[in-house]
Amino acid sequence: MRRVLVWMWKVKPSQKPDLHPRVSVHKFSSCDGCQLAFLNAGEDLLTLSQLVEIVHFAEAGMVAPEAEVDIAFIEGSISTPDEARRIRAIREKSKYLITIGACATAGGIQALRNGADSDAWRAAVYPAPQFIESLATSTAIAQHVRVDLELWGCPVNSRQVFSATRDLLSGVVPAPVRDSVCLECKRQGNVCVMVAQQTPCLGPVTQTGCGALCPRHDRGCYGCYGSSENPNTAALANQLRLIGLSDQEIARQFQFINNQAPVFAAAAKQALSHND
Amino acid sequence: MTETREISIKVPVLARVEGEGALDLDISNGQIQNLKLRIYEPPRYFEKFLEGRSYAEIPDIVARICGICPVAYQMSAVQAIESAFTCEPGPWVQAMRRLMYCGEWIESHALHIHLLAAPDFLGYGSITEMAADYPAEVRRGLRIQGLGNEIIRFLGGRSVHPVGVRAGGFHSAPKERDAIALRMKLEAALADAESLVRWVADMKRPQYEQAFISVAMHNGERYPMYEGRIMTDQGLECAVADFEQHFQEQQVPYSTALHCRLHGEPYLVGPLARLNLNHTLLPESIQSLCRELGLVWPSRNMFQSIIARAIEIYFVLVEAICLLADYQQDTPYQEIKPKAAIGYGCTEAPRGLLWHRYEFNDRGEIVSARIVPPTSQNQARIEQDIARSLQSFGLDKSDDQLRLQAEMVIRNYDPCISCSTHFLKLNAARR
Repeated sequence: MRRVLVWMWKVKPSQKPDLHPRVSVHKFSSCDGCQLAFLNAGEDLLTLSQLVEIVHFAEAGMVAPEAEVDIAFIEGSISTPDEARRIRAIREKSKYLITIGACATAGGIQALRNGADSDAWRAAVYPAPQFIESLATSTAIAQHVRVDLELWGCPVNSRQVFSATRDLLSGVVPAPVRDSVCLECKRQGNVCVMVAQQTPCLGPVTQTGCGALCPRHDRGCYGCYGSSENPNTAALANQLRLIGLSDQEIARQFQFINNQAPVFAAAAKQALSHND
Repeated sequence: MTETREISIKVPVLARVEGEGALDLDISNGQIQNLKLRIYEPPRYFEKFLEGRSYAEIPDIVARICGICPVAYQMSAVQAIESAFTCEPGPWVQAMRRLMYCGEWIESHALHIHLLAAPDFLGYGSITEMAADYPAEVRRGLRIQGLGNEIIRFLGGRSVHPVGVRAGGFHSAPKERDAIALRMKLEAALADAESLVRWVADMKRPQYEQAFISVAMHNGERYPMYEGRIMTDQGLECAVADFEQHFQEQQVPYSTALHCRLHGEPYLVGPLARLNLNHTLLPESIQSLCRELGLVWPSRNMFQSIIARAIEIYFVLVEAICLLADYQQDTPYQEIKPKAAIGYGCTEAPRGLLWHRYEFNDRGEIVSARIVPPTSQNQARIEQDIARSLQSFGLDKSDDQLRLQAEMVIRNYDPCISCSTHFLKLNAARR
């Protein structure tokens, strides 16, 4: 982190008025939804391109995957040998590396295949599996290289990526807020779906950032923003039991979008080994 | 003059397409010897990890197949679930689903036209370069794209991986005042949508006609988005449930996306195919705009695809305004009673037919899942097209010109490569 701040202090606007930080956006195993935080941003995308130099962003048309950059945004998980090599090369060439979205931060929903018989699965989908090269697991970027900032969400939204960029441009370390969804529901005055409707909800252990979207739509949170600070998954599991969920159903609540996030993976395991 | 030089062109990373693809091209003695569209997007095995999950989890899971068309995945999925469990969600739900789809077509087509394709036709590397010379047009495109996202948010809370869709309908019904506000914004955008069609129709484009089979949904009453039978321009028509009898998937060694063929033949899905089969169902005002601009349907020129997208944007904007007229809140969903059954769903994603099949056990858990995305279906056609287009273009052109032309051909299809893998480094060797 100190490295980044030193870089920032070296670049005083009065000395180098035309210097733009170099930025790249790379895709790994993903649905491409997190990149849309940039590409769906409308005018803000054009503003960004004036504040920074976008050196590599294949879907937007800039292709320079080996360029040295100041800030690299990484979407997607690592699920092939080639991807494992590629992320290490990118880490070498990037001063500050930001992972965006569930795939990059936790391995994504596709990490549900970790632990399955990967050869059998490959053969089930592909008639000639010998031509498909993939690892047995889908893993988070942080399991392969050092990550400077994690932005959780599925997808992340424009506010998250632009606010992190603005912070860095201003020489400030981005500081993630890890309130639970419950706090956001209280701020919005939402009726609690678990209390009022007996609907299962992961809000008590999930980070907000989405704006408590699901409770606002009369449904339970399904954990797409990852675990909040101080997550008490054991207490939530008990609450879900009181609503009537079986241990398998409780485990499945955690085995979802961020299934390999350590807090959720542990909670699923605990539910499956629970004895009444 | 016979071209005798050996040409090897590799496009390692296709830019301005969604997902990860590359192109290999071998030319020898003035003929294309080998052409491969290599999809190397890593497989994520959705069809496998769906097994054992509850029907209620499907919409949130399948949305994650694609960030640009999550609504399409949710729509085909809920249609399949409801067909399996014989649930008829009712006219309010059907109308709202069609409205949500309007939003996604607008967002996806506008993103394609302005970020991915227009730079090709106007000679730029990216939208940000293009914006310097076409600021008004780029801003208009971003506004239109933003409106598509707003429509999706109206029903789903956010535009990527919306949270509002469930089997049986929607989790909650939007408020009437929000419907009125949205409708006013859409009406204010009609002029933009029409001028977008004119701008795109005006772009110089190659005139390559090719023979190909168009495949789209068709119901005879409305331009197809959410319901209908499957139809080809060769006279075949079948129910969604009979898809597998005519369309077969096969693997090729160089692609992680399965190819799909119609009785062994490549075929086209997507906006051009839809218009070719359903243009008479467009509102008269849009048909007359087409006549005024000299646009004739059916079209055999794939470079007309960008116009087809602009026309579809205009059409679904008009459609969305109609669907929001006299909007009233209603019960947002019907209850579902799961049973052991097989269900089929097929809807028109922005890029074409998206077909789902699920087998459920008596608890409503998935026994098996099959998903056929539009870009898989277009792969064989894309390869056929590149071969024919480059031959017409002239193999004596430089490597760079060939590469750019091949990329433009690919971009006509607006491939969504993350979808096509579920489960232009152009490598061309000339001898």
